[in-house]
Amino acid sequence: MPRLVLEPRETTSILAPVQVAGLALALTLVAGGVLFAIYGVAPHKGLHAVFVEPLLSTYGIGEVLLKMAPLLLVAQGLAIGFRAQVWNIGAEGQLILGAIAASALAIQFDGTVSPLLLPAMILAGMLAGMAWAGIAAFLRTQFNANEILVTFMLTSVALQLLYYLVTGPLKDPMGFNFPQSISFGQSASFPLIIEGTRANASLFIGLAVTALAWVFVRYSFASYRLSVGGLAPDAAGYAGFASKRAIWIALFVSGGAAGLAGVGEVAGPLGQLQRNVSPGYGYAGIIVAVLGGLHPVGILFAAAIMALVYVGGDFALLSVGVPDAVTGILQGILLICYLACSLLLTMRVRWVRDAPA
Amino acid sequence: MADPILKLEGVTKRYGRTLANDAVDFRIEPGRIHALLGENGAGKSTLMKIIYGLVKPDAGTLSWEGRPVEIPSPAAARNLGIGMVFQHFSLFETLTVAENISLAVAGAPAALAARIEAASARFGLEIAPEARVHALTVGERQRIEILRCILQEPKLIILDEPTSVLAPQGIERLFATLRSLASEGIAVVFISHKLDEIRALCDEATIMRAGRVVGVVDPQVETAHSLSEMMIGREIATAPARAETGAGETLMTVRGLTHRPQTPFAPRLDNLSLSLAAGEILGIAGVSGNGQGALTRALAGEIRTDPHTIEFAGTPIGAAGPEARRRMGIHFIPEERLGRGAVPGQTLAENVGLTTFHAGLVASGFLRLGQRRARAEEVIAGMDVRSSGTQAEAQSLSGGNLQKFIVSREMALGPKVLIAEQPTWGVDVGAAAAIRQRLLDLRAAGGALVIVSEDLEELMEISDRIQVMFRGRLSPSVAVGETDISHIGLAMAGEFDGLEAAHA
Amino acid sequence: MDVLIFMVSGTLAAATALIFAAMGELVAEKSGMLNLGIEGMMATGAAMGFVAASVSGSYTLGFVAAAGLGMCLSLIFAVLTLVFRANQTASGLAIGILGLGLSSAIGKKFESMTLPGLPDLPLGVLADLPVIGPMIFQLDAMVYLSILLVVATWYVLNRTKLGLTIRAVGESPETAHALGLKVRWIRAGCVAFGGAMAGIGGAYMSTAYTPLWAEGMIAGRGWIVVALTVFGTWMVPRVALGAYLFGSISLLELSIQAFGVNVPSQLMSALPYLVTIFMLALISRNTLFIRLNSPSSLGATLKLQ
Repeated sequence: MPRLVLEPRETTSILAPVQVAGLALALTLVAGGVLFAIYGVAPHKGLHAVFVEPLLSTYGIGEVLLKMAPLLLVAQGLAIGFRAQVWNIGAEGQLILGAIAASALAIQFDGTVSPLLLPAMILAGMLAGMAWAGIAAFLRTQFNANEILVTFMLTSVALQLLYYLVTGPLKDPMGFNFPQSISFGQSASFPLIIEGTRANASLFIGLAVTALAWVFVRYSFASYRLSVGGLAPDAAGYAGFASKRAIWIALFVSGGAAGLAGVGEVAGPLGQLQRNVSPGYGYAGIIVAVLGGLHPVGILFAAAIMALVYVGGDFALLSVGVPDAVTGILQGILLICYLACSLLLTMRVRWVRDAPA
Repeated sequence: MADPILKLEGVTKRYGRTLANDAVDFRIEPGRIHALLGENGAGKSTLMKIIYGLVKPDAGTLSWEGRPVEIPSPAAARNLGIGMVFQHFSLFETLTVAENISLAVAGAPAALAARIEAASARFGLEIAPEARVHALTVGERQRIEILRCILQEPKLIILDEPTSVLAPQGIERLFATLRSLASEGIAVVFISHKLDEIRALCDEATIMRAGRVVGVVDPQVETAHSLSEMMIGREIATAPARAETGAGETLMTVRGLTHRPQTPFAPRLDNLSLSLAAGEILGIAGVSGNGQGALTRALAGEIRTDPHTIEFAGTPIGAAGPEARRRMGIHFIPEERLGRGAVPGQTLAENVGLTTFHAGLVASGFLRLGQRRARAEEVIAGMDVRSSGTQAEAQSLSGGNLQKFIVSREMALGPKVLIAEQPTWGVDVGAAAAIRQRLLDLRAAGGALVIVSEDLEELMEISDRIQVMFRGRLSPSVAVGETDISHIGLAMAGEFDGLEAAHA
Repeated sequence: MDVLIFMVSGTLAAATALIFAAMGELVAEKSGMLNLGIEGMMATGAAMGFVAASVSGSYTLGFVAAAGLGMCLSLIFAVLTLVFRANQTASGLAIGILGLGLSSAIGKKFESMTLPGLPDLPLGVLADLPVIGPMIFQLDAMVYLSILLVVATWYVLNRTKLGLTIRAVGESPETAHALGLKVRWIRAGCVAFGGAMAGIGGAYMSTAYTPLWAEGMIAGRGWIVVALTVFGTWMVPRVALGAYLFGSISLLELSIQAFGVNVPSQLMSALPYLVTIFMLALISRNTLFIRLNSPSSLGATLKLQ
């Protein structure tokens, strides 16, 4: 009787991660179709609404690019940590801190026309994200406190800090008591890059970070040390690569990148600090990083796909009337399918026929 | 001859491109002690895993007490009456002896305690049922394994290289236990590659080579020489060339090294001292788990000490890390190859960088990929490492080839001091001989070597001096010419006095 | 005296959801499975429990449905990690994300609706005792069950062969496999138990404690549960104690507002997370203690032939 057997692959092909991601996406489409059927929507219509409609208009493409920028930033940073097995799951909180720091500058210098304001906001946001992640690095290296739990808890604290600030110190005094800051001026905003859309120049920061990440991963000694620590901690100890340093680097890089993403939101589509700074980019960034195979180029494509799912979810809400919860479910399914298919990165499936006894 | 309790015919198992077992026939009768003899990689372990239900054969038949059987799992094997004592013990460190046994033996723990005591008295396997495994010695752990086996009332017991972890006195004791088991009608399969042990203990021997059975003989009538010729398939390699070098100047000294490990599972190091001169090999003998791991870590810099505890060429280096020590020319070959000596999922080129990056592979924080590839090619050529090239992943290499790669890498920069832990453990004969020769070549070139090994014969062959480790203590050093295996055996059990007498 | 009664009974009620989820997670972790998806499983349990209880009118059915769905989610985790050999951390996060999405979809039409809440079940004569009665014996059935669960979990883990097997699998799955224990099935069973308990814990929040359904109402409790297993150094009594500590903190949050103390409400809301961070650092500091007590294979990908 023929049966399926799993065998270790002797070599890993460069194409394998692409095939795995493609297979995971295909499985997600099937699951998505079933999901739409449950909501009484014809699967092809639902999938069309999520995965095709956003790409049919300039506005839709602009929205995809808009959401791609923060996902790209968050994921490139996280991936560097994940390669070292440092699991920062609090990018959401670091993003919020970045948004807060940038907003504080924008509010403080409201009305200036200085071209230095936006760069200062970018720098402040990055440093704030790094500092917030740095708390987790400090607690991990000094007290051995699990960074997964600490970064999550810090995100919850960051949210409360945000709520406090937008209802208190950073609230717009003329804003009818709405929990939000004043609207920022031109000099505190990213310029738009496509006419008629909300896509802005923060995408270029995302692309620049992608390029930097690529160089870092491929050529830097620091990244080599990080990956040895992630793949074989004992080998890192044998080689003398300090694990504490790896934790600091991983958390600073991912925190800084998430902080940049926060700047992109308040100095971009929001134009102010408000309660809903992020629709979960910090968490979606985890999916993007994993789906992109923790590789800078893979992450570029994964960010585009995840941005499409975000925008497509909104489109589906409008055109076929399914709730936006579908976005969250699809994200979860996509990640689950990818993790399941990842087995094919190291193993291959083969049919064998048992030799006749 | 009695009917066999277990008979295998035409058993074949293939892993990828290698035939681990090629149409193997094997039979054993009740009450016999049957040796399964062969070099590392000859297919002994695979065959035993097939018998114990851990591995499924691709072809062939097994029959048990005359009836054909399939053994799909260890549970099925145990139900038939097959017990196994593993080479790497399958014990749970944090559980007690009784708990460990009760996981494999049916019945309430309370009732079990009485059975444990009865069986330990009967077969000379004293052990305290309430002791936690992590506090026990290797010999005691082996007794638990055997006890656990016996309590399942097996008709056949397989022991995989059981003597490799024992001091000579422990071996005698084990043999007595095995003989008493056989006298009660239990069949014993004894896997080994040590010829004198087999001749001392076994009634018959099946000899394997490269996955095939090359002979079934009576070890009592064979000589060690004829057995080893069958096992290796050619004349035994002559002992490696060993140049006489006069003792050079002292390169490295360790004074009063004391270390308390992070876990209670390993012994603490207690006031160790040694000195090492250029052009000599210092062998560290001892049953593993007596603190050798911590000693090599301290020598290599993974464990930091007070600066003056370890001195190299007059410089205190106790507080220096592995990287700083490699810059001085102190290199280390660890026992665990995959996962410590090499990163499994990375290429050979990347793995070359692991310990030689400080020598021209990094410029201003960036990797010099061309240089790294060139160094990898040198390392591969340096010891004839069989691989698909610098882009092959470390995990794709066979154990012997990976070890040759690691040895070649640590030799590539011309080390002044080389620390090697179990350098030839588990590698095939050819690779082992090549590795020993490289170690001796380094010695001839004026290098100083510390070699930690459980293989006493190997140590006696290549070392100039030997020190023995026991429970975190290190015996005084003794020149190889001034001692013999029996004295070192005693020292391995903690009797350092004999060595001192020989030394005096 | 009324304050004391309020404090004790309130703490017991506030801790109940944590107790259920934490005992489940503890059993899973003892077998070596670090399921970080608790938050998602609790949220799904909360939504499912609320919807099922509202529609059917039966709280029992609500809890059963929540346990069932929590178990289904956790089995996805089990299949990913045990069959597909996926990384436990990433798989747990995936379950968490899926669970949050699922909870929002399930509860959509019930957003901000309320239930009367699980009725109190005075325990006969005990309930009539002065002080002690209203303090401990006039609570709802799930509170009593949660205390029973703590005792049962302790007993099974430490006094039975099943518990011994679970601990052995968690310490060394390779060794357990070599002995012929069914490592994958044991782990899957422990994870399924964890999922069911997380579902019940979530359902307790929505059908008894608040009792309403609102998206995001689990508010990090799933993560606090994971932290609890670390604080409790994987020992049942300590984990339970940790849960009651957090119960009392959420009570403090309510009472400080009630007493009109002038502290920003956001600071009080952040308090549980800050305490978690503080406790994590405090307990984890002793690395040796953590290492000796944590299941050795916790979180590691299973590598069996």
